[in-house]
Amino acid sequence: MGAATETFYSVIRRQGITRRSFHKFCSLTATSLGLGPLAASRIANALETKPRVPVIWMHGLECTCCSESFIRSAHPLVKDAVLSMISLDYDDTIMAAAGHQAEAILEETRAKHKGQYILAVEGNPPLNEGGMFCIDGGKPFVEKLKMMAEDAMAIIAWGACASWGCVQAAKPNPTQATPIDKVITGKPIIKVPGCPPIAEVMTGVVTFITTFGKLPELDRQGRPKMFYSQRIHDKCYRRPHFDAGQFVEEWDDEAARKGYCLYKMGCKGPTTYNACSTVRWNGGVSFPIQSGHGCIGCSEDGFWDKGSFYDRLTNIKQFGIEKNADQIGMVAAGAVGAAVAAHAAVTAVKRLASKREDADHNS
Amino acid sequence: MMDAVAPASESRPDLAAIAADASGERAVGRPTVYVYEAPVRICHWVNAFSILVLMVTGYFIGSPLPTVAGEASDHFIMGYIRFAHFAAGQVLAVFFLTRILWAFVGNHHSRQIFYIPVHRKQFWKEVLHEIRWYAFLEREPKMYVGHNPLAQTAMFTGFTLFVAFMIVTGFALYSEGMGIDSWQHKLFGWVFAIWPNSQDVHTWHHLGMWALVVFVIVHIYAAIREDIMSRQSIISSMVSGERQFRD
Repeated sequence: MGAATETFYSVIRRQGITRRSFHKFCSLTATSLGLGPLAASRIANALETKPRVPVIWMHGLECTCCSESFIRSAHPLVKDAVLSMISLDYDDTIMAAAGHQAEAILEETRAKHKGQYILAVEGNPPLNEGGMFCIDGGKPFVEKLKMMAEDAMAIIAWGACASWGCVQAAKPNPTQATPIDKVITGKPIIKVPGCPPIAEVMTGVVTFITTFGKLPELDRQGRPKMFYSQRIHDKCYRRPHFDAGQFVEEWDDEAARKGYCLYKMGCKGPTTYNACSTVRWNGGVSFPIQSGHGCIGCSEDGFWDKGSFYDRLTNIKQFGIEKNADQIGMVAAGAVGAAVAAHAAVTAVKRLASKREDADHNS
Repeated sequence: MMDAVAPASESRPDLAAIAADASGERAVGRPTVYVYEAPVRICHWVNAFSILVLMVTGYFIGSPLPTVAGEASDHFIMGYIRFAHFAAGQVLAVFFLTRILWAFVGNHHSRQIFYIPVHRKQFWKEVLHEIRWYAFLEREPKMYVGHNPLAQTAMFTGFTLFVAFMIVTGFALYSEGMGIDSWQHKLFGWVFAIWPNSQDVHTWHHLGMWALVVFVIVHIYAAIREDIMSRQSIISSMVSGERQFRD
């Protein structure tokens, strides 16, 4: 680390591929893409000269589940992502360097690759008490984050922590943990939410940036459209049971064994934007709903504060009580109904009384 | 500006003519005013029916019916319920928009439910009078051709604002299924900037349904009560368009 930036070509050569094979690969790629005769040499030139994108991976208040997920990526393999596609210059969890040596890399990258490196942030900074709830390298993490963000090309907010705040920002949030986009402004931020995000989604985002040299298209909330534009519900393999009206009513009932829809068990698939039902987990083996448990909505904003994972209707806490919309609504409608009935009764009595009065007057 | 709260007796005093027919039986000609134009009445009943369908189907989307047995391909219960909900929602949206457009071309009564004349002292005085009337503190009700000031306030908040809220959140939720390239998402996707987790939008949409239930209870009760107590037609006015004063 710290050496001159490697190009893709040098990485390819380091892995034992001859120059002849490299050129064969370039011409084959150009031909199969249907490009002109000059394209092969252009591809070769690009691979020989284009530096790998330097990445600084920082950890704030987090649980490292994003890293744990990332290292299990199957397509592409994480070793290819880390060792060949990007130049992972700093990641305190998996790097060999430590102490001052490690911290020096930050300064070096900042100076050498000003405006060219990607800042990947796992976790978020706590702002309470001057940020002292997360000290990293002798400084509050928020300072380190702001410093490195200043010269970054773009920032990747890994996971629900960096994107939304996650469990450390759940009520009452004593450390005032704050998502990245509330601390850093004026830099493009890609949110890759999830607790953790899917490994292939993480490497997919990295691959896109290194391949095209630009950020993927983002949705309104700053998430890459290619992975977060549909809900779990939209592509769920249990969706036919939802449309048919076939639901699991209890965890051990016949419907659960038959694999019916988990909507009534509080599955958050209908409100959760993620790629779980298509990409799935652990190399496409399974995902929560396939394993018989509802989605808990871990890639959504404030999913810890929306009441039980097993309720269909969210509890509402705004009124100082924990009730769902139906409970509140029925009480309100009942109260108004009773008030109307009482009002009608009083009206009837009054009317009768005034009629009698009128009658007395007339007689 | 036309006075929206002009008492009827001032506008049509001469209609209270009394005539006798051939057999000497006396017919009472009561003062009648044309209040609700045809488009207003049509919108009223279509919206009422749509809201009824939306409430029932919406409730069953939140709390689905018991599970049905058999093959998934043999049933489409949730599908039909959701279809009815979406269809009724779009009908409501179209007729609500029509109603807004009619406010521009219709008579001044058709504009009543879209604003509250907050700046007029007299208006609030009369709102107070209506509150006192409902609290049994006034012996005689005031008569109005259109909505009374309290009713106007209730219609504006309880109907116009709530229904607009339901249409906006409803289309935002509908856009989730239609995809982010749909016109629904382009027009209403900003709702998710306010509530990034659409679970919150679901919850507010659900609460909005109950707010409308409360409105419907009060609306129907007040209509029946005023029909009897204020000695003017209310319910039949929404069918014929004419308001009759029975004093």
